[in-house]
Amino acid sequence: MTLREVQKILEAEVFVGYDQLDIEVKTAFGADLMSDVLAFAKAGSLLLTGLTNPQIVRTSDVLDIAAIIIVRGKRPLPETILLAEELKIPILGTKYILFETAGRLYAKGIVGCIETVSATREFS
Amino acid sequence: MNSHETVVYENTFPVEGKSFNNAGQVSTQVKALLQKMKIPIKIARRAAIVTYEAEINICSYADHGKIILRVTPEEIIIEAIDEGQGIADIEAAMEEGFSTATERIWRMGFGAGMGLSNMRNFSDYFHITSEVGKGTRLKMIICIDDKHLGKQ
Ligand SMILES: Nc1ncnc2c1ncn2[C@@H]1O[C@H](COP(=O)(O)OP(=O)(O)OP(=O)(O)O)[C@@H](O)[C@H]1O
Ligand SMILES: [Mg+2]
Repeated sequence: MTLREVQKILEAEVFVGYDQLDIEVKTAFGADLMSDVLAFAKAGSLLLTGLTNPQIVRTSDVLDIAAIIIVRGKRPLPETILLAEELKIPILGTKYILFETAGRLYAKGIVGCIETVSATREFS
Repeated sequence: MNSHETVVYENTFPVEGKSFNNAGQVSTQVKALLQKMKIPIKIARRAAIVTYEAEINICSYADHGKIILRVTPEEIIIEAIDEGQGIADIEAAMEEGFSTATERIWRMGFGAGMGLSNMRNFSDYFHITSEVGKGTRLKMIICIDDKHLGKQ
C-alpha cells in the first residue's frame, strides 16, 4: 500500500514528507531500541517507534527505512524534523499505541519485515 | 585481507565522545560517500550499519574518537579508534544483551547490548582490542565483491 493509505489507516499527522506519500510499503518493524532495529529491520520497511530523537532518522538512513511512524501521540523533536527533511525520510505521527498501530496495519496487509528471529540470521 | 592494494578513498572523521549532539553524522556521510562511489547498496548499507554502531559507542562511552574509512576496489575498511574507559571484558561485551548503558544512552534508543554483535555479524572481518582506562580499537572489513573472507 502507499504511505498515503498508511496515513489514513492511522489517522496520522505528516511531520515530514508530504511529497513522498505515494511511496509503496509492504513491511514494518517496531522497536524502541535502535540496535534491535539495526539487527532485524529491512530496507524499505516502515519503522514504528515511540522515540522522537534524531537517532530514529540516522537509523532509518543507514537502513534505507521507507518511513518512520511515531506512535503514542508523540511528536518528533525539532532537530529530528530538520534532519528528516535533509535526508528525505518521511515522518508520520499517530495517536495509536504501538500495539494498535501494528494491528491496524497488519489487518490491512502490512506484514513484519521478518516473521521470527531464526538461528540462521541473514546479515545482508 | 590484502590491505596493500590500491586505496581509492581514505578519510578520517573525528567523533565527539560522551555526547549525542552529532551522533550518526559520520555514518550518514560514510553511506552517502559509498553510494556516490557506486558501491552496491547492500554492501554500502552493511558498512553504514557497522559504522553507525561504532560511532554510537564512541558517543556513548568514549572521551573522544575517530572513524577511519578506507576503500579499495575490493573492500571497505572501517576503523573506530577511541580514547576513554575501554572495555574490561571484551567477551562479555560481545554477548547480545550485555550493556552498561545509562539512562542518558537509553533515552537515545541505545543500550540493547546488540551493537558489537551487529558489527561482527554485518562485517566480513571484525577485530576488537581494548585497554581499560586507555581506549578501544575496532577494525571491520566488508568485501565489495562476494568473495567473502570468512568471519573472525
Ligand atoms: N568504545 C567503547 N568504549 C568503552 N566501552 C564500550 C565501547 N563499546 C562498547 N563498550 C562496552 O560494551 C558494552 C556492549 O556494547 P554494545 O555496543 O554491544 O551494546 P550497547 O552499546 O550497550 O547497546 P546497543 O549497542 O545495543 O545500543 C557497552 O554497554 C559498554 O559497556
Ligand atoms: Mg552500542
